[in-house]
Amino acid sequence: MSFFSEALWVLLLGSLLGLELIGKVPPTLHTPLMSGANAISGITMLAALTLIIKSGDNLPLLIIGSISLGFALFNVIGGFLVTDRMLAMFSRKKTRK
Amino acid sequence: MTFIGSIKFAIDLLAVLLLALGIKGLSKVRSAREANRLAAIAMILAAFGVLMNSQGTIGIPINSWVWIICGTLIGGLLGAFTAKKVPMTAMPEIVALFNGCGGMSSLLVALGVALFPSSDGSDGLVSELIRNLSIVVSLFVGAITFSGSIVAMAKLQGWLSTPSWTQSKARHFFNILCAVIALIGGIYLAIDGQNGLFLIVVASSLLGIGVTLPIGGADMPVVISLLNSYSGVAAASAGFVVGSQLLIVAGAMVGAAGLILTQVMCDGMNRSLVSVLFGGALGANTVTSGGGGGEYTNITSCSPEECALTLEAAERVVIVPGYGLAVAQAQHTLREVTRVLENADIEVTYAIHPVAGRMPGHMNVLLAEADVPYEQLKEMDVINPEFPATDVVLVLGANDVVNPQAKNDKSSPLYGMPVLDVQEARTVFVVKRGMSAGYSGIKNDLFDLQNTSMVFGDAKKVLGDLLLELKELGVGSKG
Repeated sequence: MSFFSEALWVLLLGSLLGLELIGKVPPTLHTPLMSGANAISGITMLAALTLIIKSGDNLPLLIIGSISLGFALFNVIGGFLVTDRMLAMFSRKKTRK
Repeated sequence: MTFIGSIKFAIDLLAVLLLALGIKGLSKVRSAREANRLAAIAMILAAFGVLMNSQGTIGIPINSWVWIICGTLIGGLLGAFTAKKVPMTAMPEIVALFNGCGGMSSLLVALGVALFPSSDGSDGLVSELIRNLSIVVSLFVGAITFSGSIVAMAKLQGWLSTPSWTQSKARHFFNILCAVIALIGGIYLAIDGQNGLFLIVVASSLLGIGVTLPIGGADMPVVISLLNSYSGVAAASAGFVVGSQLLIVAGAMVGAAGLILTQVMCDGMNRSLVSVLFGGALGANTVTSGGGGGEYTNITSCSPEECALTLEAAERVVIVPGYGLAVAQAQHTLREVTRVLENADIEVTYAIHPVAGRMPGHMNVLLAEADVPYEQLKEMDVINPEFPATDVVLVLGANDVVNPQAKNDKSSPLYGMPVLDVQEARTVFVVKRGMSAGYSGIKNDLFDLQNTSMVFGDAKKVLGDLLLELKELGVGSKG
């Protein structure tokens, strides 16, 4: 099977999984869930990494890759930390309840 | 498969599993924090997997390492700094900003591969046409995500207002034009791999702006959630570009989950996605829409002392917290006031509008911080029938969500928005800094009603004064 047809299967199954993962979300969690999903979408940092690794001595490409990686990591690290900050407040509430 | 190849494969599988568990766990209160950490670990694993190529990490040239470390340090540190410093009240903006950067990242990868086709990294795994199509999708979705998110952030920050042309039919024409130009650019690029590149980037960026700019602040969280879903799509298409199945599956998962979350949020706010995207801003142009304008004619203002006297005589009190309370950081003072009232056997509940604060769930975070018992927080559908039996409603820095126009005035831009029926209560006190309008920019008919009194001032200061007055009256001292 070619990469492309495999990749299409992966795309299909991944989408179906994503649709199933979130069922009922309490309104309380809308904000943190959005922020967490947003951090995960920074997974595109893998593409940036691949680009840098494969670009060899091509300086413009290295620069593009590096900027791209910077943007992605800003998203990933910032996203996870800010989500954690929000969720920390909920867990405090939980222990008091 | 080589030994290192098998390890890399195992790491990828584990990363996908953890990501899926992470997204699932984030939708339950009990597991949310652990789930967030799980997803973070999955990301680290995934990055590690990419860095292990056929000869292990030794195979990566020094020069690449330098650029990897530069990008990681700058992006990572800025992200960490932003996440620590941003106030809780600015959460919607910051999610939009992070999201836009994710879109930009996908866009840049596609741009790099399109400009230097020899280094696509997919090692001829896909045919040229398919690769070009993936580039087109990445550029298109990435650019919309970036420009749309930045506009969303700027509007929420108040840096951008809603221009009047975006409320007319002209915007549909503009957006369709941009979409058509992007499509033409896409066809060009798909065929010859070079031309049409900048046409797509520029046209899709403009499309992102054109779609987001007309949307009002109250609907913005829905748009951000949708753009969040797009950035997953952009990541998946970047996965096709560089030939990474891990990226495809993760991007697809986030894209689909984001779509569901957007739908859930729309349901919570009782808005349809179509009306959010194409209906225009709520009340962005009060003058032309006819409703909502006009001067206040019957404003009653009163002091915290009068307010305290009324509260003393009450049996049922409902608190309506809003954005103003969050800004004034008054949730702790509020909690003290309600403790005093509870000691005097006055029943106190909190009415939480679905979009109280600035995003769904925002107010719950802030009240949790002030140690308000969870059972006292009531959602709109539960509390609305109870207002006629309520003696005093205390509106703290909320505005549009208590505007009766949404129910009574068909010409009002707010018409149809679910609101709290506070005017049904016997007395309503509105604590507000001035007479300025809320998010929607619309006059609030509630303020003109006979049973409404305004208590002007910063929420924290007014509540502080109220607390003193109540104590002076001996409320809740059980003596």
